Amino acid sequence: MPEQLVFAMEVFLNGLMAGVLYALVALGFVLIYKASGIFNYAQGVMALFSAMTLVGIMEGQVPFSHLINAMLGTHVHHFGWHLPAVLGILLTMVVMVGLAWLVQVVIFRHLVNQEPIILFMATIGLAYFMEGFGDLMWGAEIKKLDVGLPQGINLWIDETTFNIFDYGFFIDNLDIVATIIAALLVGVLVAFSQYTKQGRAMRAVADDHQAALSVGVSLSFIWVMVWSVAGFVALVAGIMWGTKSGVQFSLSLIALKALPVLMLGGFTSIPGAIVGGLIIGVGEKLFEFALGPIIGGATENWFAYVLALVFLVFRPQGLFGDKIIERV
Amino acid sequence: MFYREAGDFKTSYQDDNQTFPIKFDRYRYYFVLFVAFAIIPFMINDYWVNAVFLPFLIYSIAAIGLNILTGYCGQVSLGTGGFMAVGAYAVYKLMTIFPEVSVLIHIVLAGVITACVGVLFGLPSLRIKGFYLAVATLAAQFFLVWLFNRVPWFYNYSASGQISAPERTFLGEPITGPATEAWAAYLVCLVFVTLSAIVARNLTRGSLGRKWMAIRDMDIAAEIIGVNPLGAKLSAFAVSSFFVGLSGALFFAVYLGAVEVGEVFGINKSFLVLFMIIIGGLGSIFGSFAGAAFLVLLPVFLKNVLVGGLGWPTDLAAHLEFMIVGGLIIVFLIAEPHGLAQLWRVTKEKLRLWPFPH
Repeated sequence: MPEQLVFAMEVFLNGLMAGVLYALVALGFVLIYKASGIFNYAQGVMALFSAMTLVGIMEGQVPFSHLINAMLGTHVHHFGWHLPAVLGILLTMVVMVGLAWLVQVVIFRHLVNQEPIILFMATIGLAYFMEGFGDLMWGAEIKKLDVGLPQGINLWIDETTFNIFDYGFFIDNLDIVATIIAALLVGVLVAFSQYTKQGRAMRAVADDHQAALSVGVSLSFIWVMVWSVAGFVALVAGIMWGTKSGVQFSLSLIALKALPVLMLGGFTSIPGAIVGGLIIGVGEKLFEFALGPIIGGATENWFAYVLALVFLVFRPQGLFGDKIIERV
Repeated sequence: MFYREAGDFKTSYQDDNQTFPIKFDRYRYYFVLFVAFAIIPFMINDYWVNAVFLPFLIYSIAAIGLNILTGYCGQVSLGTGGFMAVGAYAVYKLMTIFPEVSVLIHIVLAGVITACVGVLFGLPSLRIKGFYLAVATLAAQFFLVWLFNRVPWFYNYSASGQISAPERTFLGEPITGPATEAWAAYLVCLVFVTLSAIVARNLTRGSLGRKWMAIRDMDIAAEIIGVNPLGAKLSAFAVSSFFVGLSGALFFAVYLGAVEVGEVFGINKSFLVLFMIIIGGLGSIFGSFAGAAFLVLLPVFLKNVLVGGLGWPTDLAAHLEFMIVGGLIIVFLIAEPHGLAQLWRVTKEKLRLWPFPH
């Protein structure tokens, strides 16, 4: 087998893994957009915030310690405990639900019936706010997140491929775990929306707000729930990316990676988010592998967007999006 | 009492249709122009020009540009930073290739070049609408920044990858480069801002502006009554990009002098200008100025109060600034979704009747 083709296969596999992580973030967007028509730009910052909170809780950091020290002249920093990961994740989940409730009550309850662009701007404002708030609460330094997920090269794949192609593939264990967790997460979400009462109510709201209201579905409850679920998805994404590259500011930029995924898959489709993520992940890795060295490298920054743009010109609603029907 | 139209009779259509039909408004406008051109240049120093006036003036042009596209034509764009970069690099290339031509002509030409690029990236808007378009314009943002970073021809193969403005003079006075006096830079920007505002105002109330607004309000209905969507959308992209390119050229040549594209014209710049027009008011020239002034002054104010006044460390102040900007945007959207311009309009309505509202 020619060497280049083997390399390309490895790049392809790694692209699939990266795509799963993009899809995880995109999933949070889709959930909120479907249920409330809000295009939530803050999803990336929510992932960052949840990861920061998780680290802070597990390490026992004192919230706002820098602020307290600056104002009172004290030197507090840690409570001095270390919590197990499971407890930390549960507590973080409580924080995310509280956040969802706050966002709903403080912001979006007052913006009902506004134009989508206004809602979108509000989420950008929310993203800025949470970015500053998270840094103020937990400190801006890069933190290490370890919840006990396996990391490093997968030796079994390395050996097997070495026996077949004379070249061992480098696949990170973490990526494999992420793929499995993402698959589980999608399964749980689908089961939740298909087989539970709340899930059915959520789909009703996504379908038609007024009709849902008229059969007795509480919109405000559903919206808090959807934001909580999105917060949960953000937490999962935050754990994955945080374990991979440390909890730091650049984590919030994964929102920008998820946007072309959404465009490609369609804003309203959960399978679209998954398939779009895989296409973008594989596409950008293969493009960089094939053409990157020729045209200057670092094409990952824009390739996804240009791909989505070209694709949309031919299919404006994305792969699986609702068909756009316009009436006058 | 002072602000009223009683006795202010119009005897021709021209009088009736002028931008400031009320006498008080008109004199206020002349007064502002007089102060800006004849008084401020003699009073300012380097700090005021660099921290307040230049960013305010240059962002005003960018905000006018984006307001034409988003506020008047309804096409949300997140590519403003990328188009500003086009203006900056265009003026840099023109300045180094044709050193004998006046830099003012270069700046205008940079706007024209940006307009062409804008039309190119505006083409998909004929098919893609709404949020899909907003995200699609991010393609322009990332691609353009990458292009200027990676293709050495654009930065003349300089070792650092930066571009820096050579010194150019106008009437013997340097207006770009390190030797520029504060007042000269201020006046150059002021002239461009004034002209841009006048052109934008007259374009938006003419037939072209009405076409844009028809497209914004409902593009299919506009098409049915005979507005050509191709022409209207692409002209909006062209005019908007022209102004944005102008501001990018000024930002680089007159204000900063040296630019590293990823830092200066990144995605944050796109959001900043978008915030300006949202806070200022969509579809309003005055709103562009108000929003630019607000978002330029706010960080300066916060920095002076928190770091200078309370003595906090700068990183804490920076985090708090993020929170306050984000929070203010939300508060504004809830309290007044139509921005500062609407507040100004309401105030004027009230003032007209004051002190006898009944």
